[in-house]
Amino acid sequence: MIRYLLRRTAILLVSLSAAAVVLFVLLRLLPGDPANALLPVGATAEQIEAARRELGTDAPLLSQFFSWLGDVVTFDLGKSLVSTLPVGDEIAARLPVTVPLTLAAFTLAVLIAVPVGVLAAARADRWYGPVINAVAQLGIAVPAFWVGLLLITVFALNLQVLPAGGFPPGGWSDPGAAIEALVLPVVTVALVMSASLIRYVRSATLDVLGADYLRTARALGASSSQAMWRHGLRNAAVPVIAVLAMELATTFLGAVVVESVFALPGLGGMLVRGISQHDYPVIQGIMLVSTATVLVVGFLGDLAQRLVDPRLLHRSTS
Amino acid sequence: MNRRAVIRTLAAVTALSLTGGLAACGSDDDSGASAADSSSAIIQVGSVYEPQNLDNTAGGGQGVTEALNGNVYEGLFTLTDTGAVEPLLAKDQKVSDDGLTYTFTLQPNVKFHSGAALTSKDVKASVERVTAENSKSARKSNLAVIKSIDTPDDATVVFTLSSRSISFVYNLSYIWISNAAATDLTTTADGTGPYKFGEWKRGSTLSLTKFDGYWGTAAKNAGVVFHYFTDATALNNALLTNAVDIVTSEQSPDALAQFSGNASYKVNDGKGTTKLLLAFNDKVAPFDKVAVRQAVSQAIDDKKLLTSIWGEYGTEIGSMVPPTDPWYEDLTSVNAYNVENAKKLLTDAGFPNGFTFSLDTPSYDPHPTAATFIKSELAKVGITVNINTITADEWYTKVYQKRDFAATLQEHVNDRDVVWYGNPDFYWGYNNTQVTDLVNKAEQATTTDEQTSLLKQANKIIAEEAASDWLYLYPQIVVASSKLTGYPVNGLNAQFFAYGIVKS
Repeated sequence: MIRYLLRRTAILLVSLSAAAVVLFVLLRLLPGDPANALLPVGATAEQIEAARRELGTDAPLLSQFFSWLGDVVTFDLGKSLVSTLPVGDEIAARLPVTVPLTLAAFTLAVLIAVPVGVLAAARADRWYGPVINAVAQLGIAVPAFWVGLLLITVFALNLQVLPAGGFPPGGWSDPGAAIEALVLPVVTVALVMSASLIRYVRSATLDVLGADYLRTARALGASSSQAMWRHGLRNAAVPVIAVLAMELATTFLGAVVVESVFALPGLGGMLVRGISQHDYPVIQGIMLVSTATVLVVGFLGDLAQRLVDPRLLHRSTS
Repeated sequence: MNRRAVIRTLAAVTALSLTGGLAACGSDDDSGASAADSSSAIIQVGSVYEPQNLDNTAGGGQGVTEALNGNVYEGLFTLTDTGAVEPLLAKDQKVSDDGLTYTFTLQPNVKFHSGAALTSKDVKASVERVTAENSKSARKSNLAVIKSIDTPDDATVVFTLSSRSISFVYNLSYIWISNAAATDLTTTADGTGPYKFGEWKRGSTLSLTKFDGYWGTAAKNAGVVFHYFTDATALNNALLTNAVDIVTSEQSPDALAQFSGNASYKVNDGKGTTKLLLAFNDKVAPFDKVAVRQAVSQAIDDKKLLTSIWGEYGTEIGSMVPPTDPWYEDLTSVNAYNVENAKKLLTDAGFPNGFTFSLDTPSYDPHPTAATFIKSELAKVGITVNINTITADEWYTKVYQKRDFAATLQEHVNDRDVVWYGNPDFYWGYNNTQVTDLVNKAEQATTTDEQTSLLKQANKIIAEEAASDWLYLYPQIVVASSKLTGYPVNGLNAQFFAYGIVKS
C-alpha cells in the first residue's frame, strides 16, 4: 500500500506540473492582447508598450512561465489585469459558495442515485425498473438551467418558501440564510448529476447480479438481498467510485450555469468573466485550483477504489 | 472587455461640451416630509453592472459609477438625472474673461468619511489622479486642456487652461473628489458623499450606509445594497420575490410584461442615451461615397427593427444626438426609410446591382439580431451582407484600433458624444472639415447658446451625409416596487443616485 501511495503521489505531482505547462501555453495561444484591458481608449504606442512591460507580456515566453510558476509555488496567483485585485483573494472568497454547493449536491446525488440505481437493476423485471431507467435517461438530456428555472418558478415564485437566488451579504455568518440560498441550487445540481449516476449504478449492479459469486452465495442459502449486501454492493461500488470522482470534479466548475441562474458568487461565474475579459491571471488561477482539485479527487478516488477492492492494489503493485 | 465596456469607455471620452444651467442649484429637497420609519429603510438595488474594482481611474467600469458616483463620491459639479450640470462641492466659481482661468471656492465644512476635512489639496490630487500617466480614466483626454492647478488656500482651487473649453465644468462632474491621503481606493473608498462605503462581496453585493456627518441634505434612507446578477431572469426573479426593490436598467423587454400589468411594480420608461449604430468605415469604398451611405440608411426600416427588439419601448433617432443633449433636434425625417429612393441612390452611385460587404457584429445582444435584420433589409436593394461575428475584445482590436472593417454594429452609450464626428481619427474615419471646424468652434464657444447652435449645425450635416446609420435609441427602463419613490429614471451615463429614494 505504501509503495502504491508513493507511486500515486509522484504521478499526481507530475500531472500537476504538466497541467501547469499546458494551461500556460494554451492561454498564450488565444488571440487578442491582454494589454487592451489595461489601456485607456486612444492609447499611444508607448502606452501599449508600457502596459506590456507592466504585465510582463513583453518578456520571452519561457521567462514568463518561470516567473509565474515561482509565484504559484508561493501561493501567489497574481493580480487580475482588469480589476488589479489579487486573484487568490477572490478565489478564496468564492470557495465558501462553490465548495459547499459541490459537496452537498454530490452527497445528495449519491443518496438518490445509489438506492434508485440498485433498485432499477434488482427489479429490472418489474414495471418500475424500466421506468426508472427511462426517467434517468430523460434526466441526462435535461439541461441544468431548465431544472433550476423550474424549481425557482415552483418554490420561489409560486410557493415563496425559498429565495429565487443570491447569497446573503454576510455569507456564512448567517448560516440559516446561507443554507436557504443553497437549497435550490444544490437540488438542481444533484438532480441532474444523479440522472447519469443512476445509470452507472444500475449497470454496475446488473453486472454483479449476473456474477458467479452471487449465484454461489444464493446457493449457499443467502437470500437475494443478503447476497447483494454482503457481496454485491462492494463489487458494484468499484466502477461507480471512478465515475463519482469524475462527477465531483466536473461539478466543481460545472456549476457555472447554475450559479448564473441562481446569482451565486461562485468560481464558475468568476471563470466565465475572466475568459470574456482575457484576464489571464484569473483564468490561470481558477484553472490551476480546479485542475489541482480534479487531480486530488481522482487520487482520492483511486485510493477509495483500492480500499474497497484490495485486489486492485495487488494488481497495480505487481 | 465586458459587454458595453468598450464603447462606454470610448464614448465617455467624448464630452467636448458644456450644458446650459450653471445657474442656480435647483435642488431644494423638502426635508421633514419623509416619515421616521422610512428613513431607516435599506434600499435593495438589483443591477447587472458589477464594478471591476472601486476606482474609476483604475478601470472600475460602469458598475462603479452606478454604485459610487454621487452616493459615495462627489465632484465639484454634478450631472443631474435630467442632464443639467449643477455645482456640488464647488460653492461658487469665477471664470476669467479669456475663459482660461477657473477659480472655484469649495463648500465649507465638508468631511470625508474617514473624518478628514476636504481641502483644495484633495481636489488637486483627485484631478491629478485622473490625468496621471497610468490613469485608465475615460476622461483623461478631456482634461488635457488643464495647464496648471493652484491651491492658494484650503478653500480655493484655481485651474489654468491652455485653451478655452466650454465643457470643462461638465467634465469636472465626472471627477471624484477623494481623500488625498487615502492609500487604497480599489477595494475601499473615501469620499464626501451622503453614503459611506460598507462592504463589497465580489460577485454578489455592495453595501453603502448613510453617512451621519454629511455636509449637505442627508440621504432619505439608511443605506443601499447593490445586488449583482449576470442573468437577467435571475434579476427579475429577485424583484418578483422582493429580494430587490428596484432594477437599475432592465435589459430584456420580454420580462416587462410581468411587471407592467402588476400594481405592485412601476415600470419607468426613462430617457436613455445609448444609441445602436451601424457604423460605416467612411474612409473606405464603398462607404466613402455619401450616396451609398444614404442608400443603406434609407433601405433599413429602423422602426421595424426597434419594435422587433424592444416592442413598444425605445425611440427612433435620426442622428447621434439623444433628446437629453441640449443640441437635440428631431432628424428622423433625414434619410428616412425609402426603398425606392435607396435603389435610385445606389444606381446613381454606380452600384445598380448592389455590392457585398462584411458586417463586423459583436457577439452579444442585440447586435446579432440587428445584423440579421439588416441583412434581409439590404437584400431587397441588392446588397449582400456577410455577417462576421466577433467578441468585444476582437472588436476593440480589429475595428477600433486597426480600423480593419467595412461596417460594424456597436452601441454608443454616452451623452454628448456627437463630437466624435469632428475627429477624423476616430474609428469610423468620418472626415468633413466643416464638421470638424464646427465641433472645435463649439468647444471654444463663449456661451452655451453659441455652443448649442454650432453643434446643431454639425449634427445636421452628419445626419444628411449619413456619416453612420443611427438605428435607434435604447429605452432606459427602471422597474421598481411601487413602495419606492424618489429614484432616478434616466440613468444618465450609468449614474444611479440613491439618496432620494424613500421606501414606504
